[in-house]
Order: sequence, then structure tokens, then C-alpha cells
Amino acid sequence: MFENVSRRNFLQVSAASVALLGLAGCNGSSDSGEGGDASGSIKVGIMGPHTGDNSSYGLACLNGAQLYFKQLNEDGGVNGKQIEPVVYDEKGDATEAVNAYNRLVQEDGVTGIVGDVTTGPTIAVAQASVADNMPCVTPSATAADVVTYGSNYFRACVTDPEQGRVMANFAAEQGYKNVATLYLSGSDYSEGVNAAFCEEAEAKGITITAQESYSEGDVDFNTQLTNIINTNPDAILVPNYYQDDGMIVTQARAQGYDKVFLGVDGWSGIYGGSENYADAADLHDCYYCCAFSSSNDSEVAAQFIEDYEAEYNETPTNFCALGYDAAMVLANGLAAAEEAGLEPGSEDYKQAVIDGIASGTVEGVTGSISYEGTGDPIKSSLIITFAEDGTEETFEVLEA
Amino acid sequence: MFFTQVLNGLQLGSIYALVALGYTMVYGIILLLNFAHGDIIMVGAYVSWLVMAQLGLPPVLAIILSVAACTLMGVLIDKVAYAPLRNAPRLSILITAIGVSYFLENGAQLVFGADAKVVPAYTELTTVQLGGLSLSFPSILTVLVTVVATVALTVVVQKTKLGKAMRAVSEDMGAARLMGINVNTTISFTFAVGSALAGIGAVLYAMAYTQANPTMGMMLGTKAFVAAVLGGIGSIPGAVVGGLLVGFAEVFVTAIGLSVWKDAVVFLLLIIVLVVRPTGIFGRTMNEKV
Repeated sequence: MFENVSRRNFLQVSAASVALLGLAGCNGSSDSGEGGDASGSIKVGIMGPHTGDNSSYGLACLNGAQLYFKQLNEDGGVNGKQIEPVVYDEKGDATEAVNAYNRLVQEDGVTGIVGDVTTGPTIAVAQASVADNMPCVTPSATAADVVTYGSNYFRACVTDPEQGRVMANFAAEQGYKNVATLYLSGSDYSEGVNAAFCEEAEAKGITITAQESYSEGDVDFNTQLTNIINTNPDAILVPNYYQDDGMIVTQARAQGYDKVFLGVDGWSGIYGGSENYADAADLHDCYYCCAFSSSNDSEVAAQFIEDYEAEYNETPTNFCALGYDAAMVLANGLAAAEEAGLEPGSEDYKQAVIDGIASGTVEGVTGSISYEGTGDPIKSSLIITFAEDGTEETFEVLEA
Repeated sequence: MFFTQVLNGLQLGSIYALVALGYTMVYGIILLLNFAHGDIIMVGAYVSWLVMAQLGLPPVLAIILSVAACTLMGVLIDKVAYAPLRNAPRLSILITAIGVSYFLENGAQLVFGADAKVVPAYTELTTVQLGGLSLSFPSILTVLVTVVATVALTVVVQKTKLGKAMRAVSEDMGAARLMGINVNTTISFTFAVGSALAGIGAVLYAMAYTQANPTMGMMLGTKAFVAAVLGGIGSIPGAVVGGLLVGFAEVFVTAIGLSVWKDAVVFLLLIIVLVVRPTGIFGRTMNEKV
């Protein structure tokens, strides 16, 4: 979901990683800081962009993670030890993120980190953390690279291509035979979902009747839609953000297309947010997948929504839920290391946390999360649809 | 499908044509490329949003107020920014126009925020059934309104006294003044008519594309500028033909699956016209007065 951030920050990332190689060389042996103290607390880091352009994402993840640790502490903590979160703001900047990481590891001596939040800084932190073998769980960075540098990095969300595959499975399950797509050319997010969707859909025997694209800033989609509607598809995949999605749905309905639209998590916010980007009447037969929706009626999610509203006095978003789950995943690893009775901060301890995360399963508010040999989670997805008055409804839960 | 694509081209082209008409009229009379023209459309779209979404007033009122606000805005911009520079070098007034454009864009961002605002539907009617074809109502309306507006404009320029004054001022401002024509009133009238057309364009744009954002006028204005130059800047039929050409070019390029190249093709058209026939399709060659 944050590919553009990654590209914008590419130079910073590169610079940070070069700087890092030097640091990693110097600090390779001095990283066994204190993971907790005698009084029995466990320090964990939470980092993200808490100020600046991406602060809404960073703060949402922070709130979610802190809520989880607070509840965990009230329930007695991990192995009788209280979790002590240490929070750093990296301002959405890769260099700042690596600095924050180094402070967390060297000065604060944390045993695990929830973060980073957006793709660019997360890649920088992921590269830095390999040498320390520091267990990290990113709530929300979706780029494939993030979990490829070492076995210590995990994510709580699914990748962009995975969302494409989820929607292809959904399309096959619904019995759509012909599907067309309309994606944003030049966006890693949109193109990534589109490519994965088409590959998986064709493998499932669905015919892709048309793949149309448009450019950033376009407002007239009529030409592409005329081409698409002419191929008479059962459904149209629109893997974009809500402002474009709204215009596309409106224009397609005006051209008389009354069948299905498929989307991914960028659709979140198309109706009922700050603006209604499409008419409720036009949003019939629209389905998109996401990790979390406030319409989710599962017991865990309903409890989370209630707790979150009580704590922060606002309705939790997708990112709040992912922050909460990332904290839960990390705590699950910590519990495994504590059970083994290892000394906090030691190499064995960190490895035990990583093994604990990799082999465990947690029932998060965004679904059940487990790992199979990589840092990418195996988790269920929600399929969201719209009621007649435009409010979101959970259509079904697709198990992984 | 072919017919629908033709209609798509007509719709897009008609909006460009309406905006290009405003460019062409102002250029025709004071030789100014009014770069703020596209942003006037943005103002019109926001007025529609304010009236309908914020105040909850009926669409008819939104249309009237949008056109009125654009007209007023056009005249105001002329009085405040351009009139004091009437005798200044052409470059100064051109740079002022760019300044006004930025002022409007950033002003809108300050007042309304950078997020797109959704303009509510003006009409319940979205689809028209015609001989087995589902046609988009905004498309048909856009084409019809553009035809009517162009005819009306031609009548005003050719048949009325003010139109005569406009043509006179455009031919020779000094001589027109000597003949007793009130040049300032005529220029204001030109801005008013051009901006009213932009207001109509704003309503049609908001009807078709439903969203208003601070920078929406930028690309629209640039494309309309290309259309005006293509048709021959200063010429009314030229603006319409140029607008339709740009619209059809975009739709054609997109329809054959090269949507990414759409803008490049439009600007390539501009370059070709400037090289082969710098005065545009309907442009007259004018001898520079010495």
C-alpha cells in the first residue's frame, strides 16, 4: 500500500543502508544490551511516523500497539514481567528510522520492535536489524522486500500481490467466468495487485477479457470503461485508491454497467468517510478485501473495537488493528523466549523470540495470523460489501 | 461500442472546447494567454459543492451560482490583476496570469483542503436508453450545451452591438477608442462571457467527473490551451474544432490501449501544428504593425 513512499525515499534508503553497513561492522559484538531489568520488565520498541505526512498511519499503529501492551500488562504481562514500550518518532524518514532503531537497540536495549510503518523506512530498518538479529514485526509495510533481508523481520499485513490473489480466489468462488481490470499505470500497488490477480485468475480458469490502464490524475475513465463493458465481463477489478474508485464506479454505472466491481484495501474510505466518493445507489455489487473493518462482527474484532473506542474515543481503522496485531505477534514470540527461561538480551533469547513468532499462531483482530517459513503471514481476509444505504458490511471471511 | 467511443470523445472534446472558447476570446481581444482560466473552472466546481453539499440547496441554484461566481471571478481578476497592466509589456501580464493561477490553486487548497470534494449529482438521471444503447446522460448534455453555447456566442459576437465593439477592440484598440467605444467595458464584457462559459464548463465537468480538487484546473486549462492554439487562437470555430480534436485524440489513443501516451500525443499534436501551421487551423496570418 505504500510503494510510492518507498520510491520517494529510495535515495534516503540507499544512503541509510550504506551508512548502516559501517555501523553494523562496528557494533556487531556490542549489541547485547539489557533486554529488561531485575525488577522484571521487558522493553520493546514501537516506531513509526508520528509527525509529518504519514503520521495518520504511524499514530494509528502506535495507538493499536500501545493498547495491546496495556491490556497485556493488566493481564499480568509476559511470564509475570510487565512490557515496557519505548516509543520513537521517525518522521517518515529512512535515516531517522535507522537512528531510532539504533537508539532502541543500543541505548534502550529493547528485545523486540513493533515497526516500522511505511515501506521506505521499514526497508532501511530491516536491513539494519539483520546484523543484530533483532525480532521486528511491521504492522503495515506491504512491499515484498521488507521480509527478505533476514529471518528476523515479520509483518502483520498481507502484501499487495497477495490481495490480488485473494480477490482472484473470491472471483473464482463466486463463479465469475470473465473479468476485466482497470488499474493505475505507474503505481506499484495497483500494478502489483493487477498482475497477481490476472495470474491467479487465469490459473483458476477465469478469462481476463481486458486489462485497461490509466495515468495518475486522470478523471475521465469513459473510454477504458467502454472498451471493458464491450467485452461483457461478469466483474471488473479496480485495484486503486478510493478517490479514483469512486469516479470509476460512478462513470461505469452511468454507462449502464450494473454488474460486479472487485477491489482491494485502497477502497476503504470510498463511502462514509470524510466524503462519499460514490453514490450509495452505485455501490451495489462491489466487493473489496481488507484486513479489518469496523463492520467486522467477529468476537475478537468486536471486543477490540469496544476497547479501542473506550481508550481513544474514536473508531479504530485498519492501521489501528494492524498495530494491535503486530504487538500481539511480537508478544507471542516474547512469551516463547520467556518460557524457555533464557536471559533477556542474549543471542539465544532473540533467536527464541524469532522462532516463537515463526512457529506460533495468534488470533488477531485482523484474523488468525501464522507464518510458514517466511515473514509473510498466512491469514484470513475480510470481503467487504455495501448495504443499500452505503454502509459497509462484512460479506464473508476468506480463510487463508 | 464505436458509437459510445464517439460520444466519449464528443463529451471530453466539448468540455475542452468550452474552456478553449474562454482562452480564445480573451486572447483575441487583449492578446493575453489567461492561464488562470482553468482555475476559474475549479472555483465553479467548488461553488457547486458548497451550494449543494454544504448548504443543501437545489441543483438549479448551484448551476446559477456557479456560473455567476465564475463570471464575477473572471471580471474581478481582470480588474484587479490585468487592468493595471494594460499598457505594460505583454510578458508582465503573462507572468501575472500565472501568478493568479497559483494564487487560486493554493487559495483553494488553504480554504477547502487538498482532498477532493465530491459534488453531489445535479440530476437523478444518469443513463439514457437509445435504441438498445445505454448512453451516459452527462455526456449527451455536455455535447448539447456546448453546441448551444457556441451558437449563442457566435450570435453575440456577430450580431450584437457589444459583439461589434469586441471585434473592433480586437482589431485595433486605439482606433476603437477613438471611435467612441468604451474599451474597458468591452474587455470586462469579454472576460465575463469567457468566464461564464468556464462556469458552464465547471458544472458539466462536475456532473461528469463528480469531484472537485484544487489543482483540477491545471491540466484542464493546459489541454484547453492546446485546443485553442490548435484551432487557431482568437478564432471561435477554431476553439471548438481544436477542443474536439484534442478530445478525440485522447479517446482514440486510450481506446487502442495506449492511455499512458494520451497526454504525450496531445502535446505532440501541438508541436506539429506549431511547426507546420503556427496560426492554427482557423487562424489568420496577422501582419505585425510597425
